[in-house]
Amino acid sequence: MLQEESDLALIIAQIVQKLKGSNLYAQLERQAWASLQRPEIKLESLKEDIKEFFKISGWEKKLQNAVYSELSVFPLPSHPAAPPEHLKEPLVYMRKAQGSWEKRILKSLNSMCTELSIPLARKRPVGEQKELLNKWNEMGTDEPDLSLFRPVYAPKDFLEVLINLRNPNYENGDSHSFRTHLGLIQVPLKVKDIPELKEFFVELGLTAGQLGVDDSTQVPPELFENEHVRIGQKVLSEQDSAAAQQYIRQGSPTALRAELWALILNISSQPEDILYYEQLKTNVIQHDLLVDSLIYKDVKLTASNDDYYFVFEDYLYQVLLCFSRDTSVLGHFAYSSASPPKSYIRGKLGLEEYAVFYPPNGVIPFHGFSMYVAPLCFLYHEPSKLYQIFREMYVRFFFRLHSISSHPSGIVSLCLLFETLLQTYLPQLFYHLREIGAQPLRISFKWMVRAFSGYLATDQLLLLWDRILGYNSLEILAVLAAAVFAFRAVNLMEVTSLAAAEAVLADLSTLKVMPLLQIFLFATVT
Amino acid sequence: MSVQTIRNVFSVETGYRLSDDQIVNHFPNHYELTRKDLMVKNIKRYRKELEKEGSPLAEKDESGKYLYLDFVPITYMLPADYNLFVEEFRKSPSSTWIMKPCGKAQGKGIFLINKLSQIKKWSRDSKTSSFMTQSTKEAYVISLYINNPLLIGGRKFDLRLYVLVSTYRPLRCYMYKLGFCRFCTVKYTPSTSELDNMFVHLTNVAIQKHGEDYNHIHGGKWAVNNLRLYLESTRGREVTGKLFDEIHWVIVQSLKAVAPVMNNDKHCFECYGYDIIIDDKLKPWLIEVNASPSLTSSTANDRILKYNLINDTLNIAVPNGEIPDCKWNKSPPKEVLGNYEILYDEELAQGDGADRELRSRPGQSLGPRGGRSRDSGRTVLTTWK
Repeated sequence: MLQEESDLALIIAQIVQKLKGSNLYAQLERQAWASLQRPEIKLESLKEDIKEFFKISGWEKKLQNAVYSELSVFPLPSHPAAPPEHLKEPLVYMRKAQGSWEKRILKSLNSMCTELSIPLARKRPVGEQKELLNKWNEMGTDEPDLSLFRPVYAPKDFLEVLINLRNPNYENGDSHSFRTHLGLIQVPLKVKDIPELKEFFVELGLTAGQLGVDDSTQVPPELFENEHVRIGQKVLSEQDSAAAQQYIRQGSPTALRAELWALILNISSQPEDILYYEQLKTNVIQHDLLVDSLIYKDVKLTASNDDYYFVFEDYLYQVLLCFSRDTSVLGHFAYSSASPPKSYIRGKLGLEEYAVFYPPNGVIPFHGFSMYVAPLCFLYHEPSKLYQIFREMYVRFFFRLHSISSHPSGIVSLCLLFETLLQTYLPQLFYHLREIGAQPLRISFKWMVRAFSGYLATDQLLLLWDRILGYNSLEILAVLAAAVFAFRAVNLMEVTSLAAAEAVLADLSTLKVMPLLQIFLFATVT
Repeated sequence: MSVQTIRNVFSVETGYRLSDDQIVNHFPNHYELTRKDLMVKNIKRYRKELEKEGSPLAEKDESGKYLYLDFVPITYMLPADYNLFVEEFRKSPSSTWIMKPCGKAQGKGIFLINKLSQIKKWSRDSKTSSFMTQSTKEAYVISLYINNPLLIGGRKFDLRLYVLVSTYRPLRCYMYKLGFCRFCTVKYTPSTSELDNMFVHLTNVAIQKHGEDYNHIHGGKWAVNNLRLYLESTRGREVTGKLFDEIHWVIVQSLKAVAPVMNNDKHCFECYGYDIIIDDKLKPWLIEVNASPSLTSSTANDRILKYNLINDTLNIAVPNGEIPDCKWNKSPPKEVLGNYEILYDEELAQGDGADRELRSRPGQSLGPRGGRSRDSGRTVLTTWK
């Protein structure tokens, strides 16, 4: 009992510390001072009266939302004497693996830099600055020469690293038994099995209404949809983050989605936020980073060619270029297993005083990175709002998809979850695919790393991301991947090569996400 | 059959008679709808008729604009209406107008003007008009240019929708669910310096594909469903539903306008390509109707779409894959509709509750679904007559 209380006290203290530096704190203080003018505030009961005032005026709600937002990324409870690296990642071998992966990426980046003799960063001459400012809304037509650039890495490179991950303390012997894990990931992490998933995702069950299933044309709207929309509007008017998160587990109506996501991510477009975005834009105009060319190349290779997202190409530049200069993103490294790459001012290698983070936000984009932003363009057309939403989505969820960690939502756990589900519930399929050299993870890895962006039709993708927000977990990606394999199992049993398996699973754009998930979790006989 | 062949088939001189088991894919006088000048003429006539009848559809607002039938931008025929045009032009001299040759397609010969001097040639009194023959080939239409189109990603786009008409009297038409938006490759600007830049203003693929930034993978084509999702997410469900209802309304009204003059030959069906532009107030404008919409494909997805389009069209026009008999009642079973949905069925609408009052607001009783069809097979897109 005492331990729990002191844990709680510690968490509260940490959150208060965090919030004290935020804008909300300043606003609350101002509001409190201003409220002294009000007649109902009396000196004798000052504390209670102000609290009451906050409750009525909605400020308490805002504070609640902020606390809730902090809690959602709060690291799991740990030993009070744990050093900060443990908060990032408790397992040593994972930390080491992430460290060496980062070294590799940085080396690749630096060598590209010296090969092409382009500086990592340079200040733009005034003429170029003006030109860029004019072209800010149509950078897609700029087309610098990108032929010499290659993406720093692609998901399949990352997969190779994960495949080679081993826990040095774990020895499972050479004997193969039915317990042996047949998949590519060979680390012992705890993942949920179907009964646990059923409990976790209880709102997706067959007896609950779902958007994505119960809003199809065959079902009269009175049955579920109308009521759900009404509740959604109520949640929005109450401005309660936690309620919104609970609500969205059953899907969000299209018209309410933009606001609901903003509420859950605790984004409200204040003038300061718009100013901050403008500041980042100025940084982009003034300095040119090598990373910018990587971003250009990535957008040109992926989103520009995508049937759903090509329209929003210019928004992608506006968001991603600013993103790479945003130092506030560095904050997420406190709870991520990754660390931002450091670069040294020329000639001062190794001297800490001359180290800077490169890129300023510490995130080196890889092939397909821009697809994280693309679906958001369907919801937000105002660049600074779009930017805020993306940044929050990244520091809450997406960063876990390309860093090595033991977190249940980390990509390693997702891969293991996927393989375990497949092996346990579709053993024949798994065995067959393995025999023909088509390990299922090789096909589904890219889906999960991109959170299915670019593979599903956009409306389905948005329904999927609703659930990611609702459950504050990425595990649903692994479950969906397994469900897709289950759905196409009959065809997959007949293929005889990796290429043929890829072909069967090449086009996911006709899939309906929610029925697939429901069937896999709740309607399959196990 | 191509339009040329149709002209020959139905021409008085050849005396060719189609037998009962021959069905063709054009109506003999389709040009009443598909030529830019005749379309406008027919719509103007239709509006006047409704006004004379005192129909509530022809209601006008305080400034004399039709409330429900104002879906074609102000258009004049040149050189015939030159003086009328000048009068209108002088009312708002800073406006931009678009000149289109009546009989051409694929954006050929189109240009924008904002000064009277640019179209001196078409002036009736002009001395140089002597070499301009009055033959229909040289005729132009001039319309008020919609210089505030709805922009997405900063670019102008128009909608290409496929509408199949199996008979005009009673009117039976179907709309293909998989229409698409055609985007320009260059950012839109109403600036006068870019009036000559066809890449900014004309959305025809035939033009855009010569642009520097043309992408062969998606071809600048965006599915209408994406448009719907985007508008619902950013603007809300009601206004999006209203927009799509209005689009359906516009199409049906245009067909009704030409129905009386159309030669409703029972051997004929036709699949039209409707071009519609949406302005930034979410109002749809009918730009033109194409009798021979391009069935070639510019991208892989396009090929699949057009293939299915042809397949579904033929299934409706000639059901069951049997030898056609032009005497059949042209009421295909709903299973063969494929990606088509019933846009308007006059017979059903009239039989369906003759006591229902004429609905004067478009799309009033469509419920929350708007354009999606239900399995019940009713004509849910239009319950107005």
